[in-house]
Amino acid sequence: MEYLFYLFAAVSVISALLVVAAKSPINSVIALIVCFLSFAGHYILLNAQFLAVVHIIVYTGAIMVLFLFVIMLLNLNKSVEPQKKLITRLAAVLAGGLFLITLLGAIKNGIGIAPKEAYDGGVGLVKSVGTSLFTEFLLPFEISSVLFLSAMVGAVMLGKKSTPSLPFPGGEGKLPGAA
Amino acid sequence: MNEIVTAINSVPLDRYVFLSFVLFSIGLAGALFRRNTIIVLMCLELMFNSVNLLLTAFSAHHGDAGGQVFVFFIMLVAAAEVTVGLAILVMMKRNVDSIDINQLNRMRG
Repeated sequence: MEYLFYLFAAVSVISALLVVAAKSPINSVIALIVCFLSFAGHYILLNAQFLAVVHIIVYTGAIMVLFLFVIMLLNLNKSVEPQKKLITRLAAVLAGGLFLITLLGAIKNGIGIAPKEAYDGGVGLVKSVGTSLFTEFLLPFEISSVLFLSAMVGAVMLGKKSTPSLPFPGGEGKLPGAA
Repeated sequence: MNEIVTAINSVPLDRYVFLSFVLFSIGLAGALFRRNTIIVLMCLELMFNSVNLLLTAFSAHHGDAGGQVFVFFIMLVAAAEVTVGLAILVMMKRNVDSIDINQLNRMRG
């Protein structure tokens, strides 16, 4: 089973690099979709079927379609776009590499974090995750619905055209079709 | 559950930790590397997902479903974040006619 892990790991790292390196935003989005599909493969290998399905639905199905939609709506598919200065890009790569080295150095002594005997069971199945979600974490689950509502209202408010020609309720004009 | 294909018994936890660190660093470097705001948002998603993978790996190896519930909540927050972020991007394109993230340095208080 290890070769599947290394296959998915290679796919996710290469496509993540392609996200950063792609010239056109459309290619970045497609590379990110491939990366997210390999993450779903990782989740299945970890026996987390609930997360794998939710990940495919939420990320590959909803969020990436939203990205694609915005790119096509704003006509951003320019293959030539202004790049940062060379020294800034070098600094970015250096910062990422140093961050990786720092993280690896931090866990060098704590690598024995894995439990002694591997756990074999259905932790990630829908039943156990759902039981945990609706008993222990019921309050955060309900609060997250409020978060979604506020995000939705905020997106609508932000995306609204606020030009004076468009009438607002209470303004001088009336909405077309309003009585 | 023995017939389900699973890597918990064969792949050690440090491989997942290493993979997650590599992906997080790529996301961090990409967020600093590009000027296109939409790609910076995508790099943020990459960082979210590397943390999700790490939480799932720990949760599966330790047999605790709490970590996967947290991954679920991170997905919720990321979805809300990307909704508002893309709305801000559309507004920025409409008002400044650019999606260059360097334009945002005019937003000083």
